[in-house]
Amino acid sequence: MKTYYDPEDLKKFGKISEFQPELGKKFFDYYGHVFKEGALTAREKALIAVAVAHAVQCPYCIDAYTVDCMEKGCDEEQIMESVHVAAAIRGGASLVHGVQMMNKYKELSM
Amino acid sequence: MTKSLKALGHELTESEKQLKLLTQAGLTPFHQKLDDSGLFPLQPTQMDIFQINVGKMCNQVCKHCHVDAGPDRKEIMTRETMSLCLEAIQKSGAHTVDLTGGAPEMNPDFRWFVEELSLLGKKIIVRCNLTIIVANKKYHDLPEFFKKHQIEVVSSLPYFSAVKTDSQRGEGVFERSIRALKMLNEVGYGVANSGLILNLVYNPSGAFLPPSQEELELEFKRKLKDRYDIVFNQLFAITNLPVSRYLHYLVNSGNYEGYMEKLVEAYNPMAAANVMCRNTISVSWDGYLYDCDFNQMLDLKVACKSTHLSDFNNEDLLNRNIIINQHCYGCTAGAGSSCGGTTA
Ligand code: SF4
Ligand code: SF4
Repeated sequence: MKTYYDPEDLKKFGKISEFQPELGKKFFDYYGHVFKEGALTAREKALIAVAVAHAVQCPYCIDAYTVDCMEKGCDEEQIMESVHVAAAIRGGASLVHGVQMMNKYKELSM
Repeated sequence: MTKSLKALGHELTESEKQLKLLTQAGLTPFHQKLDDSGLFPLQPTQMDIFQINVGKMCNQVCKHCHVDAGPDRKEIMTRETMSLCLEAIQKSGAHTVDLTGGAPEMNPDFRWFVEELSLLGKKIIVRCNLTIIVANKKYHDLPEFFKKHQIEVVSSLPYFSAVKTDSQRGEGVFERSIRALKMLNEVGYGVANSGLILNLVYNPSGAFLPPSQEELELEFKRKLKDRYDIVFNQLFAITNLPVSRYLHYLVNSGNYEGYMEKLVEAYNPMAAANVMCRNTISVSWDGYLYDCDFNQMLDLKVACKSTHLSDFNNEDLLNRNIIINQHCYGCTAGAGSSCGGTTA
């Protein structure tokens, strides 16, 4: 293997069941159910998935859910806005810890 | 893209080259899938729709066009061939006549033909690309003309934004389409209870499959109403078939194999049972008969004696086997695809 990530590996995702069929099956059943139309539409779920894919920085998921969003009728603006949601939460999550830093700073300062 | 592949002398204008490419991909043959679904050989069920391609001339040169249409295409149906169509339509018992092109309105005998068709009392559909209405003063009254003959208008609008529409159909097409839609709305097209039907067609601007038709229709209706105060009746979500310019796009963008694999994976037997070639006959500008507009562009004439309007025989046509090939996977993927939208 020459690289850590190979786009061809995405198609082999289902093969993870080879090493542990029971858990693999449970996971894929669950996975399938999660993405079905429910209280949220399949389209809304695809946009959430693409945002999370960016937050966890998984290239497979980014590829898969970009396509999924396109096939659910989303355009480039909508997909990019969901990436900004991920970025805002990630950035916000760092910054909100600034309060903890400030607390500690103040605690140790005169 | 400003010229047709034909004008560019591209090798993919040759149907043998396209068919070779389609069969070489090493994918499960389409007939095998049909056989597994108990549908091979594929045969017509009835003759409902008479789809007539009145010429390849068009004011647009869309990147995905399976007709390879454009301003440089001169193939145009003559009044003589139109007369043969009128005779055949009566013999066929079809209830609907579907006029396509190119831009059918650019055929100099288009209005004459519509008037004659009206006298037959059939439902008439015109596949209007919208921009033709605003292309030239002589077309500005098309909405009134359509209304006069109670024509059902079916128009392509790949998205409710300029970027996606123009990337597929050409610079400025979105803005002109919106202007034309407003003109259609003004005479009553798409307006509730007017009886004037305006349906829109969505097809993906790229190498991916279309979304759910129902959901997308809601989204289109909301966005077109809010942003432009435009109304329409139904949205048809259709799949791009790997033929002509779309095939050229797939190959050139490196998406060909991935797209074909996707189509094969998404094969749906329910959609296969309802493919449009089972109740439609397609006529070319020069009067030859085909199972569908795609087979027409691949030069695959119907497999029976009655290959031309001049020897139109309904029974012969109803008993034929439909010619299929790997491009047919485009009609059977997911919820299916036809000129009237999803099929499953
Ligand atoms: S897709 Fe329609 S509007 Fe576009 S070039 Fe082809 S015939 Fe003309
Ligand atoms: S491409 Fe034509 S012949 Fe093939 S399934 Fe579709 S409509 Fe039928």
